Amino acid sequence: MNISIKAALLGSALALAGPAFADMMHPKTGEKLAEDQTFTYRVLDEHTSVDPQIVEDVSGSEIVRDLFEGLYNQDRAGELVPGVALDHDTNDDKTVYTFILRKDAKWSDGKPVTAGDFVYAWRRLADPATASEYQWYMEVMGIKNAGGVMSGDMPVEELGVKAIDDHTLEVTLESSLPYFALTTTHTSTFPTPAWAIEAHGADWIKPENIVVNGAYKLTEHVANERLVRERNPMYWDNDNTIIEKVTSLVINDENVALTRYQAGELDRTEIPAGQYPSLKETNPDEATAFPRLCSYYYTINVSDSTPEFLKDDRVRRALSYAINRDIITEKVLQGGQTAAYTFTPGATAGFEVPSVDYAGWSQDERNAKAVELMTEAGYGKDNPIDLTLLYNTSEAHKKVALAVSQMWKQNLGVNVTLENQEWKTYLTTRGEQNYEIARAGWCGDYNEASTFLDLVQSGSGYNDAKYANDMVDSLLADAKTMDNPQPNYTKVEEIIAADMPIIPIYHYAGSFMIKPELIGSWPVENVEQNWYSKDLYKVAK
Amino acid sequence: MLNFIIRRVAVAIPTLIILLVASFWLMQTAPGGPFTSERPLPAQVLANIEAKYGLDQPVYKQLWDYVVGIVTQFDFGPSYKYKDRSVNDIIAQGFPVTLTYGIISFLVAIIIGGALGISAAIRQNSWLDYFAVGVTIGAQVLPNFVMAPILILVFTLWLGWLPGGGWNGGQWDHIIMPVIALSTSYMASIARLTRSSMLEVLRSNFIRTARAKGLPDNVIIWRHALKPSLLPVISYLGPAFVGMVTGSFIIDAIFGTGGIGYFYVNSAFNRDYAVMMGLTILLGSMTILFNMVVDILYAWIDPKIRL
Repeated sequence: MNISIKAALLGSALALAGPAFADMMHPKTGEKLAEDQTFTYRVLDEHTSVDPQIVEDVSGSEIVRDLFEGLYNQDRAGELVPGVALDHDTNDDKTVYTFILRKDAKWSDGKPVTAGDFVYAWRRLADPATASEYQWYMEVMGIKNAGGVMSGDMPVEELGVKAIDDHTLEVTLESSLPYFALTTTHTSTFPTPAWAIEAHGADWIKPENIVVNGAYKLTEHVANERLVRERNPMYWDNDNTIIEKVTSLVINDENVALTRYQAGELDRTEIPAGQYPSLKETNPDEATAFPRLCSYYYTINVSDSTPEFLKDDRVRRALSYAINRDIITEKVLQGGQTAAYTFTPGATAGFEVPSVDYAGWSQDERNAKAVELMTEAGYGKDNPIDLTLLYNTSEAHKKVALAVSQMWKQNLGVNVTLENQEWKTYLTTRGEQNYEIARAGWCGDYNEASTFLDLVQSGSGYNDAKYANDMVDSLLADAKTMDNPQPNYTKVEEIIAADMPIIPIYHYAGSFMIKPELIGSWPVENVEQNWYSKDLYKVAK
Repeated sequence: MLNFIIRRVAVAIPTLIILLVASFWLMQTAPGGPFTSERPLPAQVLANIEAKYGLDQPVYKQLWDYVVGIVTQFDFGPSYKYKDRSVNDIIAQGFPVTLTYGIISFLVAIIIGGALGISAAIRQNSWLDYFAVGVTIGAQVLPNFVMAPILILVFTLWLGWLPGGGWNGGQWDHIIMPVIALSTSYMASIARLTRSSMLEVLRSNFIRTARAKGLPDNVIIWRHALKPSLLPVISYLGPAFVGMVTGSFIIDAIFGTGGIGYFYVNSAFNRDYAVMMGLTILLGSMTILFNMVVDILYAWIDPKIRL
């Protein structure tokens, strides 16, 4: 008797304290929402920082996008939508951008978000004393005097950014940059609260000190275990935020993460390599794969230190043609990756994949052409090439390297020695051109083809092939200021296909297991995978 | 005895200094640095960062500054990779976790391993002995990186009894699987060591004398046989204890416990110099300390050693 009364009382108390979104509809789509609006996901590794100007890794940036908000956000398709900025204007030659900021944006301590907070943050990013690893991003953005400030030759006040008033931010660029607004979704450009940083120094990002302007507040952080963020009532669009609490758990082992996902502990996890086809079959409404803004390629050392045969573009092309990319994507990796014949992925915004010649051939035609080129260059099965293929230690890279070396051996008689090195050793070896052919991967920093093609510019610090072509350099330099740079990008891709300093192999795909109630709101079309917890929601089952 | 202790301490200090210098030197010789990345930093940016952390100084100066920082302010430096926290933060947060599951594993290993070993020795060639030997061999050949995922599969996915990982402030149900995975092989070694050394002692002359005198089995085993048969076990316990409380990369990586074992191994991959040095010093001191404790215990049990 007593017990049932208690139970009834408890039941009604629970009903009173029930979650705000129970029985509610999504304000825009009208879907019925689930009672549980928490989002728990797996991260591979501890994030580097949650300080917008310091963070340098993907999982850290995901957290920063929840805690802070920059001028623009991205929507599900990766298109710009207003963040703190409502709109912007630019002068005719696109060297001065003026952003109009919303008046209702507030920090979590109640202070308004002003143009001055952006000025502070951008100066902080460029300031040598901050020593940010993303300092160079100010140069990518082309902000006036960024170089001088970074080298310490100019005071930070000279940086081309100023607050006209509290809600108007003016940015001056070194030269015209039509896609400038796209660069403002990068976390390093997010505003930071000067007063909190001055009060707490490096400890300002600890949960007890941090002041944020994003949709979530940092409430708990245990290094290498978990990070919890909960909705921020001061956020200007808090009424439309549905997910109440976001937890990221550090789980290094992807198979263990999958087990915990299956046990219901996680809402999202990465699919371990090679398991996508079987999971897609058993859980068709949870396994999802989508294109990423990343390319996997082999870079060929074309500097002076390289063996003679790699200086011959016919050999380089033959090596590229002889790789059957479909086998690598469909048989070796099986994770939704797509074969690559150009360096820039087709998923890149505004980029039309040029039809480079060998992309249109059948594999038999490619193989035949490869043999022909090798013979022309004086090599073949009776006079084979010996080369070393370098990759960083990883099961997946090894599989690809084994497959490729077999293809080279069978088609061209090339003897390949596989060499694997630990990550930093491998980077050093590659950076010093102590290799012949090396595995490499690149993900776009922003959604525009130049983030890829800049790699083949002779002056690029990322050009580990040491490829130099004046034509490419000038085409890319001109592209910077063109309203429609596609013709230049097409030409550059064609030159790469003819010179083949890098061999594109495949374009990455992201593959996740996502709970069916959440999957509908996951931004699968956003190729940069810039997701915002505030846009996610779980629907009722 | 006091003399013996002083001698041991006197050896420990230079050992630690050699360890410090050697690891600093090895770390510096490894290719790449903390800021080597797939996106090489522009020279200017790299120079700014190196200036901030004093990495532009000559190596001996860096080592000296580092040691001075530790001695004067107990400051083990910043993490170059996890920029939100210092090495002191990492140790303060991770070490209690490691210590908790380490000490529990140690106790579990001694109690179960000791009991198995003693009972197997007393009833040699009985079903109990075969059972104990079987279990220990099984436990020893099953590495923890295989056992841990199996535990998660069984207890989390199939039975739904235990959470699949995390630490959650040290809640009991989060500790069980890490302890099983960590203690099992130590438990097996302790059981086998105890069994064989007990058997040896039970065959010795003084036990035969005791039996001849008509002493009851209980007294023979607990009063006469146990102490001498523990000697080899104790020499194993020192390194075993250090092995368990200094953290395990496997346990931290698979269970996501947040202990220092994972930080330690990763600091080497990340070339996170200060984290690596800080943890080397911490773990090195513990290894030295517990080996010393074992030596002292040994001397106490067996007076011959003191000479």
